[in-house]
Amino acid sequence: MPDGAQPVLDVRDLKTVFKVRGGEVHAVNNVSFNLKPGELLGVVGESGSGKSVTMMSLLGLLPTPPADVQNGTVTFDGQDLLSVDPETLRTVRGGKIGFVFQDPMTSLNPVYNVGMQIMEPLRKHMGMTKKEATVRAKELLELVGIPDAERRLKDYPHQFSGGMRQRVMIAIALACDPKVLIADEPTTALDVTIQAQILELMKDLQERLGMAVIWITHDLGVVAGIADRVLVMYGGQIVEQSPTRELFKNPQHPYTRALLKTVPRVSGGREARLAIIEGQPPILGAQPTACPFRDRCDVAFDRCSQENPPRYAVGAGHDAACFYDANTGAPRDA
Amino acid sequence: MLTYTIRRLLTAIPTLIFISLIIFLLLDMAPGDPTAQLPLTIPPEVREQIRQSLGLGEPVHIRYLLWLKQMMWSEPMYYLSQSTGWFDPPEAARLISWQTRAPVMDTIFERLPQTLKVVGLSYIVGVLIALPIGIISAYKQYSVFDQAGTFVSMIGFSIPPFFSGVLMIILFTVMMPNDSFFWFPSIYDTTLVVDSWENFGKQVRQMVLPVMVLALQTTAQISRFMRASMLDNLNQDYVRTARAKGMTESVVVLKHVLRNSMIPVITVIALGIPSIFGGAIITEQIFKVNGIGQFLIVSIQASDVPSVQTLTFIFAVLIVLFNLIADILYGVLDPRIRYD
Repeated sequence: MPDGAQPVLDVRDLKTVFKVRGGEVHAVNNVSFNLKPGELLGVVGESGSGKSVTMMSLLGLLPTPPADVQNGTVTFDGQDLLSVDPETLRTVRGGKIGFVFQDPMTSLNPVYNVGMQIMEPLRKHMGMTKKEATVRAKELLELVGIPDAERRLKDYPHQFSGGMRQRVMIAIALACDPKVLIADEPTTALDVTIQAQILELMKDLQERLGMAVIWITHDLGVVAGIADRVLVMYGGQIVEQSPTRELFKNPQHPYTRALLKTVPRVSGGREARLAIIEGQPPILGAQPTACPFRDRCDVAFDRCSQENPPRYAVGAGHDAACFYDANTGAPRDA
Repeated sequence: MLTYTIRRLLTAIPTLIFISLIIFLLLDMAPGDPTAQLPLTIPPEVREQIRQSLGLGEPVHIRYLLWLKQMMWSEPMYYLSQSTGWFDPPEAARLISWQTRAPVMDTIFERLPQTLKVVGLSYIVGVLIALPIGIISAYKQYSVFDQAGTFVSMIGFSIPPFFSGVLMIILFTVMMPNDSFFWFPSIYDTTLVVDSWENFGKQVRQMVLPVMVLALQTTAQISRFMRASMLDNLNQDYVRTARAKGMTESVVVLKHVLRNSMIPVITVIALGIPSIFGGAIITEQIFKVNGIGQFLIVSIQASDVPSVQTLTFIFAVLIVLFNLIADILYGVLDPRIRYD
């Protein structure tokens, strides 16, 4: 992937707030990132770090209320997806940006057969006739590796196993040759062997179809295996962004370092306990004015509770939102 | 599905025979005397002879089997011969009402159209109003529309027809000026024959009040049910998937969510249909609709055992039948349910 290529998706200062009983939850706080053509971008972070909410905000998939995307621009195809009219947004959803969700057991409509569910976006976005759509749906099922595709088009979701359902979901997301595929923890609900199959399938499809993929996960192993670049999210912010190899070799943010420590190793001596990060991720009732990680950070100092650190460039395509410079072992000056 | 249906129909036969036995024994144990409404001047010996002539001298099991034979054999054969003319009607006596001395089934078929017109129409009206209310209420949860719908259905649930019926009569018959468009008759004229547009208008007008009273109840129940069922489904993951595919809101709600939400609602609607045939005892009384409900109440008052027994049995048949229909519909609507 050539560096400096025009990004297909450019997100600036995205801010999403949930209005809840007795206040607000600031789930996504001024998130900026971009996605280059053909790139596989991993997004990691623990539950509640704002990964999924960020991606759903892009396409307006959050229920409003309670969600409210208050600020930001999402540039895709020369348009700001946050300000286009609903009809245009619908042509982007499913047509140009595909979405694969976490739980394949509930993400398909139980009362319609999978053929109909795959054909729906084809007929809407590509204007296909029923016949053309059936042919394409069969191709798609074959593409995602479902045997006996023609017959299985008439089957209902409950007649598929979890892994097969996720393949169907991927087929739906790929139906209209999207430029971008957003996969929201697509393997979390699957067992490990099926996970490996789906990962392989996605990596293969991405290379064959040349689309850009955003892969949300909380599994660092998955990220190491498939991602070109990684965003680490914490407290609704991006705390570190880096090419994958660089991130694992030279993590800069204390949170990333702590996360990497928690990955259990097969080799080496058996430790008594798995490494953990003490404490809970914060639930932000307002725009954070300090580093959201400071309470769990082992290198936090005064400044961390006074200002929210901006993202400092620390290398080629690598930045970290921390006042502490991991390379020098001292606070940054600026 | 077919084998399932046949199996269910076959198992329904012993069920219904058992139900009819229970009804018969209950009616036999109930106090009451078919001669009680006759003039007091009739001497006791004559009363006893009347009882004997009604068959009350026979032991209970003989009476039951006789009723069963008449109900299951004589009556169907009679109607079969009447409608096809293939053979003469059977010699055996038909089921005769003790009160009117007329065949019970003839009276039922005479009364049924009134009931179906009024109660059936109100059920259809109620359901047709309830479904959109339920859908919109759920889609716009906590909106003004939803709050208003909740309020109206609370009224429908909590106000019994003997109150709302009388209230309607006061509002639309008594207080409304006679020449107003909104004046409606409080008495349902069963003898009205619809042979002209004018009479058709009259028929519609006399149905308005009872239909309104009954539809209010149906609307209240079904709309609540529809709303709850829609709410269950609106937050499901597959709805998000449909939106992520770029489907319009109308497709998302009316295709993806509605089909799922209708599964339990259809069952409730189907199970409510037998009660249409049961008539609306109170509402029919208030508006003087000469229907099944009114027939039942009069028969009970007169200790007219054959009529009460037959009516109750027909209700039991309808309930068993519509339970089966509800189960089959369930299987048709929900592909996860297969009976084979």
